[in-house]
Amino acid sequence: MSTIVETHDDHGHHGPAKGLTRWLYTTNHKDIGTLYLWFSFLMLFIGGAMAMVIRAELFEPGLQIVQPEFFNQMTTNHGLIMVFGVIMPAFVGLANWMIPMQIGAPDMALPRLNNLSFWLLPMAFGILISTLFMPAGGPNFGWTFYAPLSTTYAPDTVTFFIFSVHVMGASSILGSINIITTILNMRAPGMTLMKMPLFVWSWLITAYLLIAVMPVLAGTVTMMLMDIHFGTSFFDAAGGGDPVLFQHIFWFFGHPEVYIMILPAFGIVSHIIETFSRKPIFGYSSMVYALTSIAVLSFVVWAHHMFTVGMPLAGELFFMYSTMLIAIPTGVKVFNWVATMFRGSISFETPMLFAIAFVSLFTIGGFSGLMLAIVPADFQYHDTYFVVAHFHYVLVPGSLFGIIAGVYYWLPKWTGNMYDETLGKLHFWLSFFSVNLTFFPMHFVGLAGMPRRYPDYALQFADFNAIVSVGAFIFGFTQLLLLFIVIKSIRTGKKASDEVWEDTKDWGLEWTLDSPPPYHSFTVQPEVK
Amino acid sequence: MKSISRVTRKFIYALLFLAPTSVFSEASDYNMPVGVTEVSKEIFDLHMLIMWICVWIGVVVFGIMFYSLFKYRKSTGAKASKIDDHFWLEITWTVAATLILVGMAIPSTTVMIKAYDDREGDINIMVTGYQWKWQYKYLEDDISFFSNLSTSQEQIDNDIPKGEFYLSEVDEPLVIPINKRIRFLITGNDVIHSWWVPDFAVKQDAVPGFINTAWTNVPKPGIYRGACTELCGIKHAFMPVVVRAVEQEEYDAWVVEKIALAEAERLLNEKVWTKAELVERGEGVYLKNCVACHQTNGQGLPPVFPALVGSEIVMRDKTRNIEILMEGVRGAAMQSFANQLSEVDMASVITYTRQSWSNGKNGDGEIIIPQEIVDYKNKVDL
Ligand code: HEC
Ligand SMILES: [Cu+2]
Repeated sequence: MSTIVETHDDHGHHGPAKGLTRWLYTTNHKDIGTLYLWFSFLMLFIGGAMAMVIRAELFEPGLQIVQPEFFNQMTTNHGLIMVFGVIMPAFVGLANWMIPMQIGAPDMALPRLNNLSFWLLPMAFGILISTLFMPAGGPNFGWTFYAPLSTTYAPDTVTFFIFSVHVMGASSILGSINIITTILNMRAPGMTLMKMPLFVWSWLITAYLLIAVMPVLAGTVTMMLMDIHFGTSFFDAAGGGDPVLFQHIFWFFGHPEVYIMILPAFGIVSHIIETFSRKPIFGYSSMVYALTSIAVLSFVVWAHHMFTVGMPLAGELFFMYSTMLIAIPTGVKVFNWVATMFRGSISFETPMLFAIAFVSLFTIGGFSGLMLAIVPADFQYHDTYFVVAHFHYVLVPGSLFGIIAGVYYWLPKWTGNMYDETLGKLHFWLSFFSVNLTFFPMHFVGLAGMPRRYPDYALQFADFNAIVSVGAFIFGFTQLLLLFIVIKSIRTGKKASDEVWEDTKDWGLEWTLDSPPPYHSFTVQPEVK
Repeated sequence: MKSISRVTRKFIYALLFLAPTSVFSEASDYNMPVGVTEVSKEIFDLHMLIMWICVWIGVVVFGIMFYSLFKYRKSTGAKASKIDDHFWLEITWTVAATLILVGMAIPSTTVMIKAYDDREGDINIMVTGYQWKWQYKYLEDDISFFSNLSTSQEQIDNDIPKGEFYLSEVDEPLVIPINKRIRFLITGNDVIHSWWVPDFAVKQDAVPGFINTAWTNVPKPGIYRGACTELCGIKHAFMPVVVRAVEQEEYDAWVVEKIALAEAERLLNEKVWTKAELVERGEGVYLKNCVACHQTNGQGLPPVFPALVGSEIVMRDKTRNIEILMEGVRGAAMQSFANQLSEVDMASVITYTRQSWSNGKNGDGEIIIPQEIVDYKNKVDL
């Protein structure tokens, strides 16, 4: 052990290594955070390109650009990449950058593990994306990969898909172990749990969720592997198995996964709202309790994704009630954000604009979620574009806007340069307009009866689909602007002060460091009162 | 493309639809269909109720938020207060949220109990999802048939203009009488499908190995169109549901006719078939059942769907050829067609594939007569 400590110390004096090896071998939380964020950004454009293919095909009825076989590969990979390759890595990247800085630590607790958890990701996605170029084609059974479509009826490449999911899962579990260890052991003296910044709280809970459910996902895909190659029949009715079992296990993972993709955004947005309202977050402890109860409830609502699968009445009602319960802590969070703005002193920098959009549009996604929880009504909504509208509202102007808000908020701290505020605002307004143009009409297409995952559709859905496609193209191209703004801020820009925004020293330890912060964040632990 | 003005008009209507003062809250083609059954109407009302509650909560919450954003702008010199908690306020809104939810849960439960009712029906119909078509089997009357998409491939490929019921028309709809309790027993043959008729508010997954139930009672004659709503492979979007609800007398006549047709079909097994007759009939069967995978030209879509042209089995191995069609290939998309095709259709489609393209010239050129299929079935039964 002692040798490890020595080399580490040694390395500290030299700062980052030069060239490619800096990134390959790095154990530094900021470098790894940066890697995660760039990886996620790259995946955003790949997954986004797939969305563009989907929307181009759906612009008009008829098959014009791609065939259904490829279309299904696009919807599947778009979903997988956005969930596992964009939203999750972006949050882990933010965690890597910010958690040590927010709790007054020099680095993450397990730096080498940290390196491993990142580098597993490019491997996983390299495998996944390579299947698209194989003769049998990539996964085409939806990101929820229901058996037996994903087992008996899957293309041969499904084995690569399974392997890639295993690798992603390993990466997430290792990352979570690291985050939990860091938070529990490396907080500055005086920072009790109930004094932790909300972003740290949200990640602590998220990491526990990940550790709880990632093994379930691994179990699911392993059972698939057994069915496909080793003659078992877990999910094959002909062999005495149960295709519905697949869905139960999948959603037992899948529902907590949904909250994994939103909780850290709650943390980020809370910080931004307090900063730009110049007022401490309202109801800190109720925010923590709400986070915790959302996490606990997330384990008992999974079957609301399966209301039409044929459950007993008591089951349907149980999952309806438990799902409705989640609206309470979620509502409490929204009320607290609004109460924080109330009687504040509010300014509208880009991070705040994204945070406000987050609160309003995520709430709309919450409302449609509540509607979907109503079982009898769900018989009509289920598997239509109404569901697509719902989860895109919580994931795009929800999670993604939360991430973007966080990037604008902390970017000056990371680079030492302010980003271009005018371009930032332009980026916001274009994104805000186009995100609604894309996803709002989907509610109507869905209510009118268009099922999801359709490469072609009946004529009455044509008008709205055209609008949706136009919105999607605008939204897609707008994100190139974000790329430009980030690169610009890395290279030039007005020097950012240590506090970056006004009086932020009160809001968190990260603002007491230089901008950009030293390579090893806190070499002397700060004291929290 | 539709004229732009129509598009914008619809869009404005759509925005109004979520506005608190709606000009309409009734049926429209951008809202959930009201439907025709008692259950579908109650579900529609429930949907509107929940939606309006959400809208009003939204109005209040967003109202306060935008008021705060406007009123407490820093640019107008607003000073931030330092209040960061209020115990009773937290309790109040938690309780308020809970009460609203209870208010939603009560009507939802009532409607749910009504919709969920698995007693026997006056008529019981087995609905089976296949890749990519529906089979309807009337349990009381021994009627059974498949319902395939009837929109032509040319329309899908944009070679000819699209018809009014593009992708929501079938060769043979499900026929039911009005004012009768119809119970559906829903299952899947290969992967999971989901059978949905919006106007009845019936959506049930068709899961292999399970039989789910759903029911309806349609008061009004008409044609009701629905879809498959669970991703089931390449042609997921191309297996619509069409139900024709008719008066009782018309239904009875239809049943008699169907039974007579089935009987005539059985008699065909005894007829002496010529090669030309078999090929001709087989072409129709092939176009309806096989082109999705093996393509019209018999070239398939390798590597997933093999070509039948030049296949050793199709050209020379009659026994195996029959076996594949009757049993399917386990673990592959090639399913058993034993239940889907009559003996005559089975014999003729195999003959067709053995005689068409270059297979007739290069293979053994043998034909298959219905009796061989009957024999195969008898042999397997033993
Ligand atoms: C859902 C797609 C699908 C449909 C519809 C389908 N097949 Fe197939 N068929 C396949 C697949 C996949 C295989 C390859 C099975 C395997 O792995 O050996 C196959 C194999 C075959 C073979 C064996 C070919 C060989 O050389 O091994 C024959 C013969 C055949 N099909 C005939 C038919 C006929 C006739 C029909 C229509 C009644 C039909 N198929 C409909 C998918 C389909
Ligand atoms: Cu289907």
